[in-house]
Amino acid sequence: MDNGMEEAGNIMPAAVLESKAAYDIIRGRFGDAVSEFDANPTMPFFEVADASKWVDIALFMRDDARLKFNYMACLSGVDYMEQEQLGIVCNLESIGHYPHRIAVKVKCRREGGSIPSVACVWHTANWHEREAYDMYGMTFEGHPDLRRILCPEDWTGFPLRKDYQVQETYHGIKVPY
Amino acid sequence: MSQSISLNTWSDALSGFNLGWFPLGLVIVAAVPLVFIALYALTYGVYGERKISAFMQDRLGPMEVGPWGLLQTLADILKLLQKEDIVPTAADKFLFVIGPLIMFVGSFLAFVVLPFGPAFIGADLNVGLFYAVGIVALEVVGILASGWGSNNKWALYGAVRSVAQIVSYEIPASIALLCGAMMAGTLSMQQFCVAQSGPYGFMHYYLFSNPIAWLPFLIYFIASLAETNRAPFDIPEAESELVAGFFTEYSGMKFAMFFLAEYGSMFMVSGIISIVFLGGWASPLPNIGSFALNTMTSGPAWGAFWIIMKGFFFIFVQMWLRWTLPRLRVDQLMYLCWKVLTPFAFVAFVLTAVWEIYK
Amino acid sequence: MQELGKAELNSTRIIRQDDNRVVIEKDLDTEYMVLSMGPQHPSTHGVLRLECITDGEVVVEAEPYLGYLHRCFEKYCEKVDYPGIVPYTDRMDYLAGMNTEMAYCMAVEKMLDIEIPRRVEFIRVIVSELNRIASHLVAIGTYGIDLGAFTPFLFCFRDREHILNLLEWISGARMLYNYIWIGGLSYDVPADFKKRLSEFVTYFKPKTVELQKLLTENEIFVKRTKGIGIMPADVAINYGWSGPMLRGSGVDWDLRRNDPYSVYPELDFKVALPDPKFCDIGDCLARHVVRAIEMEESLKIIEQCLDMMPGVDGFNSRVAIPKKVRPKAGEVYSRAENPRGEVGFYIVSDGKSTKPLRCKARSSCFVNLSAMKDLSRGQLIPDLVAIIGSIDIVLGEVDR
Repeated sequence: MDNGMEEAGNIMPAAVLESKAAYDIIRGRFGDAVSEFDANPTMPFFEVADASKWVDIALFMRDDARLKFNYMACLSGVDYMEQEQLGIVCNLESIGHYPHRIAVKVKCRREGGSIPSVACVWHTANWHEREAYDMYGMTFEGHPDLRRILCPEDWTGFPLRKDYQVQETYHGIKVPY
Repeated sequence: MSQSISLNTWSDALSGFNLGWFPLGLVIVAAVPLVFIALYALTYGVYGERKISAFMQDRLGPMEVGPWGLLQTLADILKLLQKEDIVPTAADKFLFVIGPLIMFVGSFLAFVVLPFGPAFIGADLNVGLFYAVGIVALEVVGILASGWGSNNKWALYGAVRSVAQIVSYEIPASIALLCGAMMAGTLSMQQFCVAQSGPYGFMHYYLFSNPIAWLPFLIYFIASLAETNRAPFDIPEAESELVAGFFTEYSGMKFAMFFLAEYGSMFMVSGIISIVFLGGWASPLPNIGSFALNTMTSGPAWGAFWIIMKGFFFIFVQMWLRWTLPRLRVDQLMYLCWKVLTPFAFVAFVLTAVWEIYK
Repeated sequence: MQELGKAELNSTRIIRQDDNRVVIEKDLDTEYMVLSMGPQHPSTHGVLRLECITDGEVVVEAEPYLGYLHRCFEKYCEKVDYPGIVPYTDRMDYLAGMNTEMAYCMAVEKMLDIEIPRRVEFIRVIVSELNRIASHLVAIGTYGIDLGAFTPFLFCFRDREHILNLLEWISGARMLYNYIWIGGLSYDVPADFKKRLSEFVTYFKPKTVELQKLLTENEIFVKRTKGIGIMPADVAINYGWSGPMLRGSGVDWDLRRNDPYSVYPELDFKVALPDPKFCDIGDCLARHVVRAIEMEESLKIIEQCLDMMPGVDGFNSRVAIPKKVRPKAGEVYSRAENPRGEVGFYIVSDGKSTKPLRCKARSSCFVNLSAMKDLSRGQLIPDLVAIIGSIDIVLGEVDR
C-alpha cells in the first residue's frame, strides 16, 4: 500500500494499481473506445465509450493472456437520470490467473437504448442482463433469451427507473396501497 | 400329522362352542384376524411408525391426544372422515373412486389365509401362499387405476413407477417364497407353521435349520420392501420428487384407505416372511430337558402372540430402514431387481432343490 | 419396399411393400410432456418453478422461472437510509442473515472509510461463522430429504436449534437479526457468551462425525449423488459460480482467503475442497462434501476467535457507529463469502443524500441457479431433484 504511485494527490492502493495495469493493456488495444481510468479506491472502473465495441472488449478481456478476466462477479443496471442515460456496471475479475479486478461501465440512451449483450462471453451475464432489462428497460442486442425475469411477463414499466410510476391495477388487483 | 389333527381339534372345539343359538366360537375364529386388522392397521401401525421415527429422530412424536398420544391415530381418522371428499373435475371418476377400494380390498383380503395361531385362521386354503402372493399383487391394479384416473402428471408418474416396480419385484419375491414352499412341501400357511414347530423351538425354523434359507429369506425381505413401496424403494410416492406419487389428488377417507392399505400390506408381508422362514405361530423357545418351555408357550393364544410379535419385529425393521436410508433411483431400483435379486433368487432356488433332494 | 408417406406427429409410416400391398406402420406413440415443477413442490426449496419438458423419466430441458418471492429489495433501498437497509438484507438470505448483514455493512463502511474496533470484528466473524454452520446444516439436512433420507434433516435441525438459541440470545431474534450495524454492533455479546459458545463447539464436534456417517458415507446416498450434475471448473467460473458450488468443482477460491476482509487473514483455516478419491470433481456429492468440511472449518475459526477476541474492558459496540451515514459521492462493490457463495453489494452514493442512489445486491443463489438449465439437460427426474438440492438455493436471495 505504501509503495503506491502518486496521482492527482492521492496514493493509489495496490489493488487499484493492478486494475490500472489491466486497464492500460485494454487501452493499448482499443484506444479511444474506452474512456479514462477512474482510480477511486473503492471501485476502480473505466467506461466503454463506444458501446458497439463492448463485445470485442469483453472477449479481449476474457481471453487475452495478460488479462484473463474469466469471472463476472456482478452486472448491475443503473439509471443515470441527469445524463438521460441508462447503463450497466460489470465487476470483473480473474480466478486462478491474476489478482486484478476491474469494473466496466457501458451506457446507452435512456429511451429505446440498447447495449450489446455479453451473455455469450460470460454466462453470468445472461440472467443479470435479463434482470437489468426487467428493471430498467434497456435492450441487450444478441441476448439469447431476453425476457423479464423477476417481474411478471405482462408487467408494465421498469420498476427501478427513477421516474417509475407504478401501474394502477394489475389484473384487476389494485397495486399501490 | 398328529399336530395337524390336534390343530383342527382346537379349531373345531372353538367353532363348535355356541352361546345358545349364537355361534360365538365361529365368530371368534373369524373375528380375531379382523379385530387385529382393525386395531393394528387402523390405529397402532401408524402410531408405531410415528413413535419409532420420533425415537430415532430425537423427538417425542404424538403426545397430546390421550396418554402418550395413544389416541392420535383415532383422532386423525376422525379428522379424515370429516374431510370433504374431493374428486377433481378432470378426473376419471370411476377409476378415481375404484382405485383406493381395490388397493384396500386387495391388501386386506390377504389376511384371510394368515394364521393367527393354530386356532384362528379365516380359511386354511391348500394354496394359501399362492393366494396371498396373488391377492397382494392386486394392489397394482388399484395403483394404476388411481394414478391414471387422477388425471395428474405426478400421479401418473407415480403409478407407472409403482407398477413397474411391483411387477418386477414379484419375480424374485415369488421365487424366494417358492424356495420356502419346497422346504415345507406345501403351500398351506398352517402347514408351514406346523412343519416348523417342534420341541426345540427356533431350531426348527427354516432360517436356522436349513443352511440355504437365509438367501431366499434376504431376497424376499428386500423384495417385500419394494412391493409395499417402503423406503429405500418408496420411489412411487417419493415425496420430494413426485409430490405424493399416485395419491397426489386424494383427500379425506380415500387418502386414508391408501394409508391403511400400506400398513395392511406391511403386516401381510411381515406375516408371510415369518410364516415361511421363521415358523409363524410356532414358539421359538426350546424345551430344555424336563423344563418344557416350548410346550408351555404353545397353544392358540400363545400362537397368536408369537406370530404378531414376529410380524411386529419385521415391521419395526421396515420402519427402521425407512428412517435411516435415502431413496434409490428408478434405474438403480430396476438394476437391483433384475441383475442382483433375480439371479440370486434362481441360485437359491437351485440350491434349495439340491438340498431338499440330498439332505 | 417403398415409403409413401410419413406423419410426423404419431410417427406413422405408410409403406408400399414389394408385392404391392400398402401397409400402414405405426410406431409406439411417444410425446414430450411438459411438467411444471413448482412453485409449490416439496423439492424446489421455496417457490422456484421449473418448467420441465420430459421424455418419460428423462428431462429434456428444464427452464427455471423466478420472481415468486420478489420483494423489491433494490427499490426499497432507494427509499430508506443506509442503516435502514440492514434489516432488509436479513430477509434476502434468511438462512444466513448475519453474513448478509456483514457484507452490506462492510460495503457502506468501505465508502465511509471508518475504523472498526477489533472486538467488533471478532464478534462479527463469530456470528457469521455460526450462521454459516446453521445454514449448511439446513442445506445438508434438506438435501437428505430431497434424496429420501428424513432423519438427518431432523438431526441437523436439532443442532441448528442450539445455534439459533445462541444467536437469539445475543440479538433477540432467531432468523432476522439486525445485529450487525454500520460501524459496529447493536449490542455487545452477553457476559456468559464465550462459555456457552465453547460448550456448543465441544457439543457439536462429534455431531459432524455422526452426520457424516449417517449421510455422507451412506452407500445409497453416494450412489444417488456421485457423478450426477457434473460441472467442470472453467464452466463453473464462466457461470459465475461461487462458494461451495465453485469449490465443489475443484477451484481453490474462497473470498475469506482470496479477497480477505475483517480479521480472516489472521485466522488459520483451510479452504474446503472435495477429495477426488471419494467423489467426482464437480458433482453433487462434491458440493455436499465441501459443505460438510466447511462446517468443521467454521468450528475451527470460531475456536480461534474465542481465543483471540479482545476483552470487554471499556468496550462499546456502538463507538464507531456514525451519527448520520452520508458517504461521499462514489460507488463501491464489496462482497463477502456467504454460505452459498459470493454476496456483493454495489452501492452508488451521490454524496448529498442519506439514501443510496442505487443499491444492487449480487445474490449468490441467483447466479448459481442460472446454470440449472445446462445442468438439467438429459437428467432423470430424481437426478434433477438431486441437482436442485445440491445448488442449495434460498429463494429469498434469488428473487430478493
